This record gives sequence, structure tokens and C-alpha cells, in this order.
Amino acid sequence: MKAAGNTIELSIGSSFEFLELVSSITINILQMIGFDDDTAQWVELSVRESVINAIKHGNKEDPSKPVDVKFVIGEKEVNVFVRDRGEGFDPSQLPDPLDPENLLNPNGRGIFYMRTFMDEIEYLQHPEGGTIVRMKKMCKAKE
Amino acid sequence: MFSIDQRTSGDVTILDLHGKITIGEGSVQLRETVRKLLDEGKKKLLLNLGDVSYVDSSGIGELVSCFTTTSNKGGQLKLLNLTKKIQDLLMITKLLTVFEVYDDEAAALQSFK
Repeated sequence: MKAAGNTIELSIGSSFEFLELVSSITINILQMIGFDDDTAQWVELSVRESVINAIKHGNKEDPSKPVDVKFVIGEKEVNVFVRDRGEGFDPSQLPDPLDPENLLNPNGRGIFYMRTFMDEIEYLQHPEGGTIVRMKKMCKAKE
Repeated sequence: MFSIDQRTSGDVTILDLHGKITIGEGSVQLRETVRKLLDEGKKKLLLNLGDVSYVDSSGIGELVSCFTTTSNKGGQLKLLNLTKKIQDLLMITKLLTVFEVYDDEAAALQSFK
């Protein structure tokens, strides 16, 4: 696959109006790699959720603070890096949306969906500030 | 784009939702529509999701919020015609144990007490 080994990067302002753009690029990249439609929709949702978190929680919707999205294309995998310019957070302290106490909470499911649909997730601190979430998905061979 | 068509069957208000229920867009409109209906005393609400093309966690959260608001006012809110994606997202977060879900409108309407 010719695209393997390529990196695609974009930087957007902290506005939800850019979500559709990021989604379109995500889906296109996944199709290039050969992801089936079902898997692609879940990966796209995961990327979307991470960008929303970066805008809303990381950058506090400050339009002057960018969100960087980077796709590293492998032969049969994709790694997605989403960076905000926020203060950081401890993902282990997030409430469990499956806890009966939290079931009717209107918020708090985005990261849970990301963890469910992606093969790997990790949170890193950028040396120049901000949090990076790295997500990886392997592309299974189509049946 | 998101839009809502409203119709009634007896004392049940059916909201036919179209498009995307996502952060900032459909979420807000859905919330406002449900609150307006509750303020008008319409407490039996059936959300038809058959034409919802996309939902994110904010959209799921808005469904939950509408359910809670309706229940707190002594009403009932139920879901009709879930797409597979919405069903999966609700199932993964155990919300299928919270909502009453139907794939047949007549059965859904019959279920309102």
C-alpha cells in the first residue's frame, strides 16, 4: 500500500465546526489502509471524541489554542495523535460510566468509547506543553 | 444537519429525528424541543431514531438527559427504530438497561400507560 509510511498532519482551532473536516480526513485515511466500513466508523468516532476532548477540556474552547491531529499510516494499522495545549489530566481518575451511580450522567462516555474501539490508547505530555493522546488501530484482513 | 418533525398519536408525542445528534448541533435542538413539550404538559414522548445518521457521545448524553428530565417530571420517554450504531453505543454503556426500545411504532405507542 503506497500510503504506508506516510504521516498526515493537520492543526485546527478549538472550534467544533472543524469536526466534520477531521472526520472526513479520518475516513479517507482508513479507507486507504483498507479498514472495513464498520471498523472505520468506530475509529472515526474515537478520533472525533478525542478531538472534542482536546477542544472542550484541554483547550477550554479557546480559539487561539490549536488542536493538532496526526495520522501515522502503517501497512495495516494507523496511529492517531491528538494534541491539545491544556494543563493535562489524570485519566485514571475519570468516573466509570458503567458504574450504576454514573449511568444517567449526561457526560463522561467519550474516553470510554475510545478505549472500547481502539486497540491501544496512551496519554503523553508534550515537552512544549499540552497533552497528546495516541490511539492505534490494527486493520484486520477483510473476510 | 439536524431536524425534528413532530406528530401525535393519542396523547403520545412522536418526535421523528433526522440527521446528526452531535455536540453543539442536534444535541441542543433536541434538548430544547423536549423541554418545551414538557413545559406544555406533554409527558409521553417517543423518539424515532430511524433517520439519525450519526451520533457521538454528546448525542448519547443528550438522549440520557432528555430521559432523565422527562422522568423527573413524571413523564415517559422511549426510543423507536434504533440504528445498529446507536444500539451498539447504548449497549456498550449499559444504557439499553435504562431505555425502553422498540422497533415497531404500534407496539411502542401501546406501551405508554
